[in-house]
Amino acid sequence: MTWINRTFPNVIQLGWSSDLGWGTAIYQTLYMTFVSAIIGGLLGLIFGFGLVLFAEDGILANKPIYWILDKIVSVFRAIPFIILLAFIMPFTNFLVHTTIGVNAALVPLSLGVFPFYARQVQNALVSVDDGIIEAAQSFGATTFEIIFKVYFRESLADLIRVSTVTLISLVGLTAMAGAIGSGGLGNIAISVGYSRFEADITFVATLLIVIFIFIIQFVGDFLAKVSSHK
Amino acid sequence: MTEIQPIIRLENIDVTFEQKKQSVKAVKNVSLDILPGDIYGIVGYSGAGKSTLVRTINLLQKPTHGNVVINGTYLAKTTDNKENYIASKELRQQRKKIGMIFQHFNLMNERTVAENVLFPISHLKLSKSQRKDKVNELLELVGLANRANAYPSQLSGGQKQRVAIARALASEPEILISDEATSALDPKTTNSILQLLKKLNIELGLTIVLITHEMQAVKEIANKIAVMEDGEIIERGSLLEIFTAPQKQLTRDFIDTATNLEDGLRKVKSQTAIKNLQAPDIFVQLSYAGASTDQPLITSLFKDFNVTANVLFGNVEILQETPVGTLLAILSGKDTDLTAAINSIKKQNVKVEILKGELA
Ligand SMILES: Nc1ncnc2c1ncn2[C@@H]1O[C@H](COP(=O)(O)OP(=O)(O)O)[C@@H](O)[C@H]1O
Ligand SMILES: [Mg+2]
Repeated sequence: MTWINRTFPNVIQLGWSSDLGWGTAIYQTLYMTFVSAIIGGLLGLIFGFGLVLFAEDGILANKPIYWILDKIVSVFRAIPFIILLAFIMPFTNFLVHTTIGVNAALVPLSLGVFPFYARQVQNALVSVDDGIIEAAQSFGATTFEIIFKVYFRESLADLIRVSTVTLISLVGLTAMAGAIGSGGLGNIAISVGYSRFEADITFVATLLIVIFIFIIQFVGDFLAKVSSHK
Repeated sequence: MTEIQPIIRLENIDVTFEQKKQSVKAVKNVSLDILPGDIYGIVGYSGAGKSTLVRTINLLQKPTHGNVVINGTYLAKTTDNKENYIASKELRQQRKKIGMIFQHFNLMNERTVAENVLFPISHLKLSKSQRKDKVNELLELVGLANRANAYPSQLSGGQKQRVAIARALASEPEILISDEATSALDPKTTNSILQLLKKLNIELGLTIVLITHEMQAVKEIANKIAVMEDGEIIERGSLLEIFTAPQKQLTRDFIDTATNLEDGLRKVKSQTAIKNLQAPDIFVQLSYAGASTDQPLITSLFKDFNVTANVLFGNVEILQETPVGTLLAILSGKDTDLTAAINSIKKQNVKVEILKGELA
């Protein structure tokens, strides 16, 4: 105990459940990551599927719809996240009536991650062989069946893989959002550890983030592996 | 006698692909009737428009112009120069009656053999035991029982195609479209798949449309052939007609890939026996189809006419249980005997072509 006290004095001092405590920070990071993963993930899936189904050679080929989806994704993809954070503040304020804290962070996080995820989903779906889709059509499958029973099922392993990558980059974004006051481990690393020159805090916060990312990677790899039969 | 209604009727089908710079006419004014129980071979080189044409049968490819009539139902129809298509719900119903198999099998990699096979009938809410029975029945039919729980990646090409056939038959279709289904398989496997198709044709009365660039495959099982070139059907007929009396050079080329007659002819012609042919000997090509081969032709030439035959090349094909043969031979004997012999052969429905020398 004395060794820990000596090496990480500030870490201990920060405590577990205060506003800046470790427990609070871990909870905030998990909360921001998973809630924005669900919102951004759903948006990304919808846009990703849309980009494949409405594409020129897609089963619902529709040029105008494709064009709109493609442009939305491209524009949001082009905005650097740190600028997006500031840029959409009025929108965030309108939506959640605040511009600070974890809930305010959900808006830019979801919007920041969805175009990235949409492109990844698009790539995963495009890699389903056209012939398989054509075979399903030839057996009289409905559009609904083709989306869920063919595209989704056939690309499941790829979807898990890209979701893992997206989730990991999302953890990175939460750290960045933390830097401008949304809370979480990133917030502690920067606004406590870095600003107050308490390097042990930065070190532990970073370590926790790395462990979190490793767990995501491990689980993702495992799920991708068991769901692939190619 | 009432005429048999075609199960597939294509009338004046055009398919034009509009591309950015030019438009490609992949199918040009093609009409085709296929009768129930036919195994209709469609041959042509790559790019001839075969796939595009047959994909209009189940409207995977919408024709730009023309009528597609399946069992009396119009899937596509031209009225007042406007093309109309069947509503998508009815189309899905119609598609269930038209199975299709492909060159690259197109099985779902993430589903087991059983799941693949049941996919076309997943809308029928079958019980677990009904599903099992159906899978067994279908896999039995294609000779692949006990692989129900394998994934496609664990199967060989031939086995994958058997699964694909089982899947195509799940909804009990009357028509099976095979688009180059054996083109990715080795010759032995190709043959076993073709025999399976033939068996399904006989046992289930399945009408099969067999697209291929390999004449060998068509020769094996088809009863009718259409030859396609550049978006058009340039020649069509029964297998026997096409093989015994091809009209177009392309057709002859295709037939030759299956018989190697041209090659035999070229080799024989360079032999010294032909180069040094002495009158009155003649070098002839004898072609026959059907019953005439039952006559001991060569023996009777000698016995009845005292003409000897030096056979340099022979080829016999069995097409739809009918032997079709070609012989290249030098006939030797006296002038008069040769003439008499040739006349007698001709009377037996054997086509005689004198390739070198003359009758006196
Ligand atoms: N979707 C398409 N878009 C544009 N051109 C096409 C398309 N599909 C086929 N074609 C063209 O139509 C012609 C016939 O192709 P296809 O029917 O595939 O021939 P085959 O099956 O006999 O090899 C080719 O010139 C091909 O390039
Ligand atoms: Mg083709």
